[in-house]
Amino acid sequence: MELALFGPVAAPVAGAVLAATLPRRVAAWTSVLAAAGLLAAGIALATGTVSRPPGTAPLHGVSVADGLLRADALTAWLVTAVGAVATVACWASVHHLDDQARAGELPKGSARRYLVLVQLFLACMSVAVLASNVGLFWVAVEATTVVTAFLVGHQRTRASIEAAWKYVVLCSVGVGIAFLGTICVYAAAIATAPDTAGARAALDWTYLSEHGAQLDPSLMRLSAGLILLGFGTKAGLAPMHAWLPDAHSQAPAPVSALMSGVLLSVAFYGILRYKSIFDAALGPGYVRTLLLIAALGSLALAAVLLIGQRDYKRLLAYSSIEHMGLIALGTAIGGRLALAAVLLHILGHGLAKAVAFCGAGQLLHRTGSPLIAEVRGALSSAPTAAALLGVAVVALLGLPPFALFASELALARAGFAAGLGWAVALAFVLVLAAFAAIVRHAAGMLLGSTVDPLTVDAEQPPHRPRPGLRWVPLVLGLIAAAALGVWLGPLQSLLDSAALIAAEGTR
Amino acid sequence: MTRSDWLEQAINLACGLLLLTAVGALWRREVSALIPILSVQGIALTAIAALLASEHPAGAEAVVVAVLVGALKVVVIPLLLRRVHRLVPGARETRPLVNVASSLLAAAGLSLLAYAAAGPLIDASPSPTARATPVGLALVLIGFFVAATRQRAVSQIVGLLLVDNGIAATAFLATDGVPLIVELGVSADLVLAVLVLQVLTARMVRTFGDGDLDDLRELHD
Repeated sequence: MELALFGPVAAPVAGAVLAATLPRRVAAWTSVLAAAGLLAAGIALATGTVSRPPGTAPLHGVSVADGLLRADALTAWLVTAVGAVATVACWASVHHLDDQARAGELPKGSARRYLVLVQLFLACMSVAVLASNVGLFWVAVEATTVVTAFLVGHQRTRASIEAAWKYVVLCSVGVGIAFLGTICVYAAAIATAPDTAGARAALDWTYLSEHGAQLDPSLMRLSAGLILLGFGTKAGLAPMHAWLPDAHSQAPAPVSALMSGVLLSVAFYGILRYKSIFDAALGPGYVRTLLLIAALGSLALAAVLLIGQRDYKRLLAYSSIEHMGLIALGTAIGGRLALAAVLLHILGHGLAKAVAFCGAGQLLHRTGSPLIAEVRGALSSAPTAAALLGVAVVALLGLPPFALFASELALARAGFAAGLGWAVALAFVLVLAAFAAIVRHAAGMLLGSTVDPLTVDAEQPPHRPRPGLRWVPLVLGLIAAAALGVWLGPLQSLLDSAALIAAEGTR
Repeated sequence: MTRSDWLEQAINLACGLLLLTAVGALWRREVSALIPILSVQGIALTAIAALLASEHPAGAEAVVVAVLVGALKVVVIPLLLRRVHRLVPGARETRPLVNVASSLLAAAGLSLLAYAAAGPLIDASPSPTARATPVGLALVLIGFFVAATRQRAVSQIVGLLLVDNGIAATAFLATDGVPLIVELGVSADLVLAVLVLQVLTARMVRTFGDGDLDDLRELHD
């Protein structure tokens, strides 16, 4: 168990080292192995946290590396989500880089940089989730911004440089606000025990959770606002979302899959853990109000901007804002049922969004146009990519049998039970508006006739991808998303423990 | 004057210098003038860290933090900024969104706001230096203001650095500084973020021929 804690960091770091040395194709496949290793480490952590020896409470975490890394069921759930999405995205990266190389769009060295940065990005997310210390969590989240900046700007076009610039500036400033909040928490924590001044322990999740009720309320109120604003920026919640559609639409598709699918959730994981601490210090009303504002604001913004959307990768980016809004809504509701729904939503959304972005990337490669209006009847011109994108969109819309159906249903039930029926009702009206907008755009893109002068150019035949393994990761991702909606199986006990930790604090 | 009186005086002086340099950054528009201003601000911040370290019960770690802050804010960051500046020499805020007089008025307003917001931090902290935390928060707010109202790439980086200096000052004044491991991580992130922005500026100059963020208007809804 103790050794398994290093796995989620060691696998991508090893992947990065190998990617820096091996030839491109081998390196690309090695990075798939590294991502699978990350997933395996997540599953190992999960079995380790759930099946503790009798006598020890299942919720106590395990820590290593001088107490810097720590894992409990909530960590294991997030690591598993990161690993699952990473496996899909890294596999898709192999074919993405192949396609780029064949089209002559891959300058020397840029494939290597891409592979190394993706692995470092995965390592940073693992550190963020495994950090036992709120300061280290902050450092890892800010590091993800730095590492992904060049991935967003990978294509070196005007638009991608613009997106990368906005991404780094807005996220650094936003995450900076969260650091100010972290300092306020630290000031409150060392005030409870002055001899811990300068001691790292005062910033541990466990210490803060145990002493939540003793922390100075006025300082915690200030801190809660700053933390929500700061990590909310990185999680893409309105009104701090401005960087998200640009960055997620300009990054290469597999990177968008990782950023949309898990990075947003990793940033939100901080809010999830902080919430029980703030609730202990301030009572449940304060953070709930702030989160409800962010949740309904994000849903409203996503619904409005989805209606008039013209670019299909931006469409998926706004759909991420919508789903982060639902996750924030579930967190605002609180309690074990709602938080279990939130965690299931994180995993289900991660998988479905990863497949959707990778499918959209294939479509973009085939048609050469990012505009919804210029892609028509894709089901007959690029059937596999279009079908996978279509199924992923169905999953994102929250239709059965996919996981998002189960999680949204549980979320609504928990909301009504908690007396927040009005917020849930309002949220689902907005979700319905987004639903209609996405269906309209997706139907236009996928169905209809192909006789379109813009997509079928006789002079220049469209790039026909070689079949083979390229569709395997996407199909696997969709199968996983559907399976999770039907039967959780062994994951059920992990989900229950993780939701309990999120609801009642780290112990 | 006792030793602790002297120490408090020195810290207050350094805080005054922090605020003064922040106002200076708001007042001057030439990028070449902003870099020395930030260096002086780095010296003031290092002085605060060093003075606190001299009093700190667990001295060694605090001294390491002070040395780290000094190396970062006085040597590395100005060096990186000079490299950015060399990419776009003679850069000057040509179309600032707010003129100098209004910016200075805004700075006064932001300082008052910082004073109001810092109340809980001052009340909770046992250390006497906590009374100076409004300076740190004022620096953060002025940094936001600079980043939001300036169009040049370099000026936005300067705004970001002002925010970071303000956060660091708040951390030192309210809590005697964050633990070493966190400080190390934060410093590494800062250097890398500035490096990334430097490379992006270089790419921007290569693609647009200019470091003017006003040209960044391609992506929108």
